[in-house]
Amino acid sequence: MVKKLIKRSYAFFVYMFLYLPILLLIIYSFNDSKYRGKWNGFTFKWYKELFRDQTVAQALYNTFAIAILAAIIATIIGTISAIAIHKMKPRWKSIFMNVTYLPVMNPDIVIGISLLALFAVLKMKLGFITLLLAHITFNIPYVILAVLPKLRQLNPYLEEAALDLGATPLQAFFKVILPEIMPGVITGLLLAFTLSLDDFMVSFFTTGSGVNTLSIKVYSMTKTGVTPKINALSTLLFMGVLGLLILLQKREKTN
Amino acid sequence: MKKTLLLLVLCMVFSLFTGCGEKVNEQGYYSKLNVYNWGEYIDPQVLEDFEKEYGIKVYYETYAGNEEMLTKVQAGGTDYDVIFPSDYMIEAMVKEGLLQELDFNNLSNFKKIGDEFKNLPYDKDNKYSVPYLWGTIGILYDTTKIKEDIDSWSAMWDEKYKGDIVMFDSVRDNIGIALKKLGYSMNTTDSHELEEAKKELLKQKALVKAYDSDAYKDMMASGEAGMSMCFLGDAMVLMEENQNLKYVLPKEGTNLWFDTMAVPVTSKHKKEAELFINYMMRPEVAAKCAEFVMYATPNNEGVKLLPEEIRENEIIYPKGNIFEKGEVFIDLGEFTTEYDRIWTEVKAY
Repeated sequence: MVKKLIKRSYAFFVYMFLYLPILLLIIYSFNDSKYRGKWNGFTFKWYKELFRDQTVAQALYNTFAIAILAAIIATIIGTISAIAIHKMKPRWKSIFMNVTYLPVMNPDIVIGISLLALFAVLKMKLGFITLLLAHITFNIPYVILAVLPKLRQLNPYLEEAALDLGATPLQAFFKVILPEIMPGVITGLLLAFTLSLDDFMVSFFTTGSGVNTLSIKVYSMTKTGVTPKINALSTLLFMGVLGLLILLQKREKTN
Repeated sequence: MKKTLLLLVLCMVFSLFTGCGEKVNEQGYYSKLNVYNWGEYIDPQVLEDFEKEYGIKVYYETYAGNEEMLTKVQAGGTDYDVIFPSDYMIEAMVKEGLLQELDFNNLSNFKKIGDEFKNLPYDKDNKYSVPYLWGTIGILYDTTKIKEDIDSWSAMWDEKYKGDIVMFDSVRDNIGIALKKLGYSMNTTDSHELEEAKKELLKQKALVKAYDSDAYKDMMASGEAGMSMCFLGDAMVLMEENQNLKYVLPKEGTNLWFDTMAVPVTSKHKKEAELFINYMMRPEVAAKCAEFVMYATPNNEGVKLLPEEIRENEIIYPKGNIFEKGEVFIDLGEFTTEYDRIWTEVKAY
């Protein structure tokens, strides 16, 4: 009995710790005051302001465009790289694995500054393209690390069997190998997508020409104060993710 | 599902490669302008009006600090046309050759700027910048917690208010205030004076609730803190929120700061950049921005267009010679590292 109580209250506290801040953020998005910690009454005004604000809409578009494109491209490159690494001889494999791990361990700021230096040397104009390249770059290792375990689980003779049965190498890959490692690929894709969404450091250094992402926009508000407009936006994003999760749950149940 | 996703991606890729090339609109202007400004530091309406009037699309990017902006401009690869550096940053950027001289023939509205705001120490001959907004730093305090009338920086060193005091998390501002309290210049390069300021800050450390440059506003609005350093504009908004708050310019003097408009060397469209700056100096535009941000505008004719309660407010527009009330930060060049060192030592103590 007591054990049960302890278990339950433990779980409760863990989840409260995770979700209380989000709840507060949602509550303050309806607060009539510009400041947190003070309740002035209920209002929808921040939502109205949010929909009026062109710059937020633009930043939202950029954020999602970059995240979707970077995730897809990084997934393609990462999956191909993972297969190559998987087939290497042990000595090369360990070298390449270390090279893959490095960017994961590297602080964001180092990645950001070094990419900025690279773009400057190449005389590239900072903007959407450089931002996209940067995001693809830091996403690739995560995709490789998500796909490799799936490749290890593969029966090594599967590909040979497919080839023996008359499949071309390409067919063997698309019809046999890829469906087997798909869960890893999807994990990598989602991981890359979320990493792109909330990256600030690398984005800040590699963007230009008026391309803002949401994280840059929010951060730059600190001089005059972050308005609850951002709370309103975060609330909508949170609701969107929640809706998506519920939909997925429903689909799994029907399958 | 798959097809729509593919379509979406194709659309995005396609949109990357359109909208390039040098385009001139029917008014003879290049149709793109990159503006790099502080976040929430302009009335969005103003940008829309500018776009309509001149047929120039404004690409608007934001930053949170002078140093960040400098990093981006220095690195190259950006093509900002108009930036908004603060006073000391103008000097630093001029030294590095990062700013273009302005052609005042294209800036007919410069005469609307008050004479006292021209040729300031950070840009002596007024070649590189025009002021956009200005203001002071003062003490904002909660009259329910602090019963006396405060008029001096020493209130922030008062044992009585232990745990109620919030200071910025900023090198120049904090050391500057300690120097002012001691009666020295905020721009001192005398090591002894700096050491004294350090002692002051160390003395104060036990009393300070937090060193913070953003959340202090929430603390003040909700009555969690009793007094804090505060920028003028924030003080105005906070006083509207919470009637018990009061803002004061300490008698020892304070920091006067100016945010300006300038054209960095990265700009390839100086004509359009100057067009934008000139537009921003129109009295009605300056007034709109001043009201939106709640800082003071140096645009004398703009001031006249403001509502009376703002125009007549001596906190925003102090009467008399403003330079008797405060100092403008100047760029200390190499000596800046000394300030950084002192602040690091204070924070680590």
